Amino acid sequence: MDKDRRQFLKITGACAVGLSALPLVRAVASERGPAYINIPEALQGKRWAMVVDVKKCQEYQKKNGECSKCIEACHYIHNVPTKIENEEEIKWIWKDSFEHAFPGTAHEFVPEELKEGPFILLCNHCSNPPCVQVCPTQATFQRADGIVMMDHHRCIGCRYCMAGCPFGARSFNWRDPRPYIEKLNYDYPTRRRGVVEKCTFCAERLGEGLEPACVEACPAKALIFGDLEDPVSEVRRILKEKFTLRRKYELGTYPNVYYIIEV
Amino acid sequence: MRIYNAKPIFIGLVIFFGFATFPFWYNGGRAAPPPEPKLDTPVIQKLEKKECVASKDYMRKSHMDLLNKWRTEAVRLANRYYVSAAGNTYPASLQRGCMKCHSNKTEFCDQCHNYIGLTPYCWDCHIPPKQVTQTEQVAKKGE
Repeated sequence: MDKDRRQFLKITGACAVGLSALPLVRAVASERGPAYINIPEALQGKRWAMVVDVKKCQEYQKKNGECSKCIEACHYIHNVPTKIENEEEIKWIWKDSFEHAFPGTAHEFVPEELKEGPFILLCNHCSNPPCVQVCPTQATFQRADGIVMMDHHRCIGCRYCMAGCPFGARSFNWRDPRPYIEKLNYDYPTRRRGVVEKCTFCAERLGEGLEPACVEACPAKALIFGDLEDPVSEVRRILKEKFTLRRKYELGTYPNVYYIIEV
Repeated sequence: MRIYNAKPIFIGLVIFFGFATFPFWYNGGRAAPPPEPKLDTPVIQKLEKKECVASKDYMRKSHMDLLNKWRTEAVRLANRYYVSAAGNTYPASLQRGCMKCHSNKTEFCDQCHNYIGLTPYCWDCHIPPKQVTQTEQVAKKGE
């Protein structure tokens, strides 16, 4: 095994050529074959957010009577068991009064028009979500685009997330939800007994290039959805032009749902 | 050699072996009918090229692994579509993917799962497509 300098350099050179061909070989080899993709129509964002125009919502209801179209659309599409109407109620999006929506901001002399709202409340998809921090199985996690998502396959029903969430955005399935669903949507799963559920900003619809169901269903266009990292998005324009509030901002969870408050 | 209390012991042994071998003599040597998953749903019949997301052999052995991967990709990594080795794109979803073609859960999925005594908990949450049960079919014919 005598190797002189010349031979050594030859082998080294051959190896270098071989290694440089590796990416080429890989590219050719992996061209076809199973892969996971997003279709081009899918909505992509870096930090999804929603703006709720409370005034538009109120004015529409003053003219046309009570409206719950956003709630109905959401709960139908996601097979939410709406027939449970007690403390075991399950909700992804709901209405509440000013006092309950903004407990730190409300006082006894709040304008009459604001008092009752209604304020459309849902998961705030916080940038610093306490529910994600406390989940022991990572069933609740934050996606790269900011959506606080649930993987029900992993949920063990410990309800730490419900204790962690300061907005009451999470509901627990105390019983099998199937018999309590008004009308089944066969394109979306239900949940089972013993898991927590909440709004997902319609992650499955974003993947199809559709806006969240509540946004699409709102006849008053009072719900606006968009990417906060996109400087020309509509949500950014609105936040620049109008005065907005976030729920319980002082808790440091950095909610991504904004409320336009006008009287 | 003498066995104390031989009579009750032997009676007990006969009863014990009777119970222990119950499954064998109850089935009387009959083999359970082998599963026959059916592929003749209307959607599959309409397909020009009858191919699944992967080869039949792979699907038979590893469909559960594929479903696990689909779940991780779709739910956790937000990649909601699967490109098969043949180059076709499918929604990586049990309800919006698999069950759109295999709309006959009782004649397809359940065939083998029942045969080997398996109850996968997929269906605790995922909804199988509406299926006309056999009793309903019989009732309709009778009308």
